[in-house]
Parts: sequence; structure tokens; C-alpha cells
Amino acid sequence: MSTVWLAMIGLGILTFLTRFSFIALLERWQAPEIVQRALRFVPVAVLTAIIVPELVQPNDVLDLRPYNPRLLAGLLATLVAWKTKNVILTILVGMAVFWLLLWVFPPG
Amino acid sequence: MDETANSIRNSSLQELWGGIKAELPILVGALPFGMIYGISALSAGMTPGSAQAMSSVVFAGSAQVLLVQMVKANMPLAVMLATGFVLNLRHALYSASLAPYMRKLNLWWKVILSYLLTDEAYAVVITHYNQPDDGAPRHWYFLGAGLTLWTGWQLSTAAGIFLGAQIPSSWGLEFSLPLIFIALVVPALKDRAGVLAALAAGLCVVAVSGLPYKLGLLVAAFVGIVVGLWSEKQ
Repeated sequence: MSTVWLAMIGLGILTFLTRFSFIALLERWQAPEIVQRALRFVPVAVLTAIIVPELVQPNDVLDLRPYNPRLLAGLLATLVAWKTKNVILTILVGMAVFWLLLWVFPPG
Repeated sequence: MDETANSIRNSSLQELWGGIKAELPILVGALPFGMIYGISALSAGMTPGSAQAMSSVVFAGSAQVLLVQMVKANMPLAVMLATGFVLNLRHALYSASLAPYMRKLNLWWKVILSYLLTDEAYAVVITHYNQPDDGAPRHWYFLGAGLTLWTGWQLSTAAGIFLGAQIPSSWGLEFSLPLIFIALVVPALKDRAGVLAALAAGLCVVAVSGLPYKLGLLVAAFVGIVVGLWSEKQ
């Protein structure tokens, strides 16, 4: 078998086991109270850690310039999400600002 | 069929449909991402068959793109597995956070929903589970959201493989993915501890982005969680 297939199947199994881990375990095991409280922060902590590099590190290089389209679009989307709690409106405003800035400040 | 069986079936279908509808906006960002993966897999020298297979065997976008880059760079198998594994470890946190809601499901439900537990499914599913419990069979919502993303991911991989460079990737549609995560996370920031957890994770992920083996995301998530716990006590 080629290395590609070994890597794919190996990572497939590891990824499934990671996803299955606590869902499988928790039937028998009751998490301590502090862990239960910690779990409340999983969505905000992990998803924010996914979002932020998408805004400030396009192509893996830190870009905090105010006209970085992703940063500005992301900040405005945050404002819209906070004020309206509307998913579709947040995406629409974010993409509109993103495209507008790409058009005004073409990359490169 | 008696009344009870009927109403159980109806509420299951309602939840399934709710999950499908909630996941649809995510596809705007996930489909271009899937095509980018398909195109990059071919350009790394993978066959169309193995490129397509990876989308259902691994079923994790960022890990697939990373694996393709490592295949192209001829990395040793152990390094590929270790790096992909660390990148995907955040799913253990998702697993822990959803586990209390899935305790009563049978093994098959747990296996299938675990397989479908991606970032994109988790973001909408945890938002649904965080609503007050109305007794609805919410695992059907999870199934609807998960299957919608899975189907979109397979089709968009195929589109990337077979249509390839004919599709303009310069539109940047995949940027809608972080925007959707913003739309789901921001309303969940209901107290000071949550806001501080998010801020800490966001600052930390940039500060540690130089860490090898994609450890940064995981470190940032842990720092965010610890800051959240700590500020709860203040």
C-alpha cells in the first residue's frame, strides 16, 4: 500500500477515535465538576482560535493593517452578529465588506 | 401507527429538517473549501480516487489540506500522522462538550454522530444543544446538520477534482466560513468569563502561531478555557 493511503487511513482512524473519545467514555465516567464547568468555554475558545488566524494571518503572515480586508470584514461582522444575532445578515455584511475592500485595495 | 409513535416520528423529522436548514448557510463557505482541497490534492500528485476517498475516510478539511501538503513534501509517515493527529485533537474537546447530551443514545448513534463531528457541524449543533431543553430528539438535528455537511463535502471534493481550475477560486467564498463561526460565537458570549475566554484564545493563537505540529490551536483553546474558568471565580 502506498504511503498516501497509509497516512489517509491512519489519520482517518485517529480522527474518528478523537471525535468518539468522550462520547464513548462518558457513559460510565462522570466528569468532575471543574471539567463540567470548563466545557462551557469549549465553543467560544476553540472557535475563536479558528476564527482569529483567518482574519489576521492570511497566508500565515500577520497582517494588522487597518485595510486588511479580512480583518475589517471580520470586525464589522462581529459588530453585526452582536447587534442582530442574525447568521445570514452577518455573512452578507461580512462578505460585502470583504469584496468591496478587495476591489478597492487589490491584493499584491 | 398510534398517536405517540406518530408524534415521536414527527418531532424526529422536524429536528432532522432543522439541522439541515441550520447547516445550509455553512455550505456557502464549505463548498469552495472542498473544491480547493480537491484541486490541491491533484496538484500534489494524488489520484482522483485517493483524493475523493480522503474526504470520507478523514473527513476534516484543514487536516486534509495539511496532509496533501505533507504528501507533496514527501514527509515521513509518522510525521504526517502526528501532525494531523495534533491538528485534529480539538475534536476531543468537541466530543467532551457534546458527550453529556449523548449519554442515552445507543452505540450506533454515537458512532455515526462522532464520525460526523466536524468544526462546521459542531458550531451549529452546540448552539442548538445550548438552547433550553424542550424534550425534542436533538440527535436528529445533529444527524441532519452532519449529513448535510458530509454530502456537500463529498460533492465539492468531486467538483474540485473533475472541474479543477475551471472554477475561479479568487472569489474568496471560503472566507464566509470564519464569518459563520463569528455569527455563532458572538451571540454565545453572554457573560464576562465567556468574553475573556474568547479574547484570551484569540490573542494566544496569534502569539503561539510559530509552534510546530499545529500545536498552536490546541494551546490557545486551553488558555481560553483556563482564563474563562479563572475569571468566573473573580
